[in-house]
Amino acid sequence: MAHHIVPLNTNLKTLGALVFLTVLTVGTAKYIHLGGAGNLILAMAIACTKAGIVLSWFMHLKYDGLMNRVIALCGLAFLALFIGFSYIDLFFRTTPI
Amino acid sequence: MGAHGGNYINCEKGLWSWLTTIDHKRIALMYFIAIMFFFLVGGLFAILLRLELFTPEPLFMDGDMYNRAMTLHGSIMVFMVIIPGVPALLGNFALPLMIGAKDVAFPKINLASWYCLMIGAIIAFLSLFWGGVDTGWTFYTPYSSKSADAVAMVVFGAFVMGFSSILTGLNFIVTIHKLRAPGMTMMRLPLFVWSLYATAIIQVIATPVLGITLLLLTVERVFGVGIFDPAMGGDPVLFQHFFWFYSHPAVYIMIIPAMGIISEIIATFSQKTIFGYKAIAFSSLGIAAVSFIVWGHHMFVSGQSVLAGSIFSVLTMLVGVPTAIKLFNWVATMYKGRVKLDTPMLYAINFLSLFTIGGLTGLFLAAFNIDVHLHDTYFVVAHFHYVMLGGALMGFFGGLFYWFPKMTGKMYNEMLGRVTALMTFVGFNVTFIPQFIMGSQGMPRRYHTYDGVFTPYHVTSTIGSWILAGGFILAIYLLTRAFFKGEACTEKNPWGGTTLEWTVDSPPIHENFTEIPTVTGRPYEYR
Amino acid sequence: MSTASYDKKEQAAHHFKDLNQQHDAGKEGVWLFMATEIMMFGGLFVGYFIYRFMFPDTYMAGGDSLNWYLGAFNTLVLLLSSFTMAQAVTETMKGNNQKAYKLIVVTTLCAFAFMVVKYFEYTAKIDHGLFPGFDMWNAQSAIEYANNHLRSDAGFTLALPAAGETLGAGQVDGSSLKLFFVLYFCMTGLHGLHITIGIGLMFWLMKRLKNNEFGPKYYTAVEGVGLYWHIVDVIWIFLFPLMYLI
Repeated sequence: MAHHIVPLNTNLKTLGALVFLTVLTVGTAKYIHLGGAGNLILAMAIACTKAGIVLSWFMHLKYDGLMNRVIALCGLAFLALFIGFSYIDLFFRTTPI
Repeated sequence: MGAHGGNYINCEKGLWSWLTTIDHKRIALMYFIAIMFFFLVGGLFAILLRLELFTPEPLFMDGDMYNRAMTLHGSIMVFMVIIPGVPALLGNFALPLMIGAKDVAFPKINLASWYCLMIGAIIAFLSLFWGGVDTGWTFYTPYSSKSADAVAMVVFGAFVMGFSSILTGLNFIVTIHKLRAPGMTMMRLPLFVWSLYATAIIQVIATPVLGITLLLLTVERVFGVGIFDPAMGGDPVLFQHFFWFYSHPAVYIMIIPAMGIISEIIATFSQKTIFGYKAIAFSSLGIAAVSFIVWGHHMFVSGQSVLAGSIFSVLTMLVGVPTAIKLFNWVATMYKGRVKLDTPMLYAINFLSLFTIGGLTGLFLAAFNIDVHLHDTYFVVAHFHYVMLGGALMGFFGGLFYWFPKMTGKMYNEMLGRVTALMTFVGFNVTFIPQFIMGSQGMPRRYHTYDGVFTPYHVTSTIGSWILAGGFILAIYLLTRAFFKGEACTEKNPWGGTTLEWTVDSPPIHENFTEIPTVTGRPYEYR
Repeated sequence: MSTASYDKKEQAAHHFKDLNQQHDAGKEGVWLFMATEIMMFGGLFVGYFIYRFMFPDTYMAGGDSLNWYLGAFNTLVLLLSSFTMAQAVTETMKGNNQKAYKLIVVTTLCAFAFMVVKYFEYTAKIDHGLFPGFDMWNAQSAIEYANNHLRSDAGFTLALPAAGETLGAGQVDGSSLKLFFVLYFCMTGLHGLHITIGIGLMFWLMKRLKNNEFGPKYYTAVEGVGLYWHIVDVIWIFLFPLMYLI
């Protein structure tokens, strides 16, 4: 809640971490083949990490009040519900449409 | 501004001062005018539909015309009347007053929200001159990707109106979090505010999905690509997932705030401390949460997997729990209270009885196997009218009669007010009870002709619709007349309410409170 | 001039108690708006995942036919712009309007760079008949283009069997390739629209920063635009691997 000023140093480190993860995501997707949905899951895991870093540091959620964190989490949680239930339908359809 | 001595209605003059106002009370009045107009138009279509069904043979409409009228009735009532009705009209007026704030958190966004509704409505109405739309308000694909051109317009109109809903919800959440008067803790909030809070959460989380759904449908039509069209590899069931992910929670956008009104009215007119304050408050949030995981019960027969159908069926039953908690608490509040049967209370009692029927028939339909039999029959039509009209709109009108003296400083004719409550109750049941019966016997919905065996039911239903319409028209006439010619009601607290809005002038001054009050206890502390 | 306009902003709007309350309310409003953005784009991602599940091979082929070098370049550009945006918020909070101004200029330049790259990507796709609307879709050349760019170890090629024909060995029905490009243009197009709106917001900030309007107690506008810009970046963080890489 307090007006926390994020120093340049932290912002630089955040940028560094994001660039590193971008290189990682390209490298794993292009040169390591896990087969099946493996690459998809790995890429999504890296993307989620990156999104978490942006949300925590660039968007200051790490220093923010509880409510704004809850709002962000709510958005993500309901999105997960949306994906989850749609998949329950899709995975178990006996006759494809 | 309060220093000018006037109230919020006469502190500034001229049409321009209204169209550019950022006062939440004036915006509420502008919603009042707009929504009443939409309600009359939507109601007119309903009457025409019922009239057409007076005889088994076509009376004065052909199938196309019937489908268009039906689509307009549904779209207008859902997107322009019931969804904005309680939150944007009564919520806008009462919320800041009830929590001791001078305005909502973002007054300009509040005004923008009104304009979104107007622009969206105009776009949707323009479709009438484009040949009309015959898809039903749900715009199901693949039919909606192929039928009349105007579909894209109506869909885009609904998209713009969605923004209105999102902005209102966003505004209310921040207002409730940040602008409460000193001492107004969350556990001291009036129950109407709790219900608006739960509603606002749904509006913010669910409406964007409607936005993207309608946008995709527009893209599909304008660009001529197949996102939901099976002929081009798309999945039409996906559209239904998208649509109902919003539109089922939207049902609760319509009903939860009406429940909040009922909590206020029942406590005030029973002159008794509300029974189970926390239970009612949290059941609103409970309904809001559950509303997001039940959307598949609209899709039992549309080809979704049996497993998903079963899960949705069970989860749907869960909605009954918080709803029943509310109903029992309201009845317990009335028990041994000094119940005054004034107009708002009569509407509240209408709500209790009609909504109970609507809720219970909802449980029948929630059962997967029973729904297969009843799907797309008049049973479903009757069910959701019991919830939407008998629930949401009865609550809405109860709230209008309840806050009218505060909004305008005028009093309506109490005797006639009671007559409207009675007329709507009788008319409603005469209209929709026959629909339950013929629905269970297999009368399908959305047809303009029917088998002769259903004639008695349809005739009764049509006659009931006239009584119902008479009641609502009389109610609107009563309020309009009272606004211009009614006797002044300068009393601050005509009903003996305990929430903060009853401590300010009727009508309130521009900034609501001359001095922001300090709250020391819960509302509804009667005895 | 500078102090005058700054003082004006020391006063909270009439319905707020003080600037602190106003800031907290404004920021929460922006966060709620971010939640709506997450849900709106989320809907598109749900569509993407479902169709990817239904047509895994065509989606892989569709991804391979995009130019991932350009995608990666754009990712880095957006990350850099996110950094300058975050740093602009830092400087505004310290009261250094002029430093923040320069950082916003850099952010805007990055946004323009992103859009220019997107423009070249889009025109290249349209040239190859890969735009799925307005009858510009050329199924034969699209399939051909996708097959030419398919990864070497894919183990299949796309084909468009005519009615009555069956697919040959190692061939996959490519008719759903169009669906991939519908989603590609919808998702990146909506994202591009957000970038464009962001550019407009940047110019608004530049004007106000130049006037020294912000200070340690009044910086919600910069912070809010910052949050918006970061969420646009987050969306791209997901779009990039899903569209270009896998």
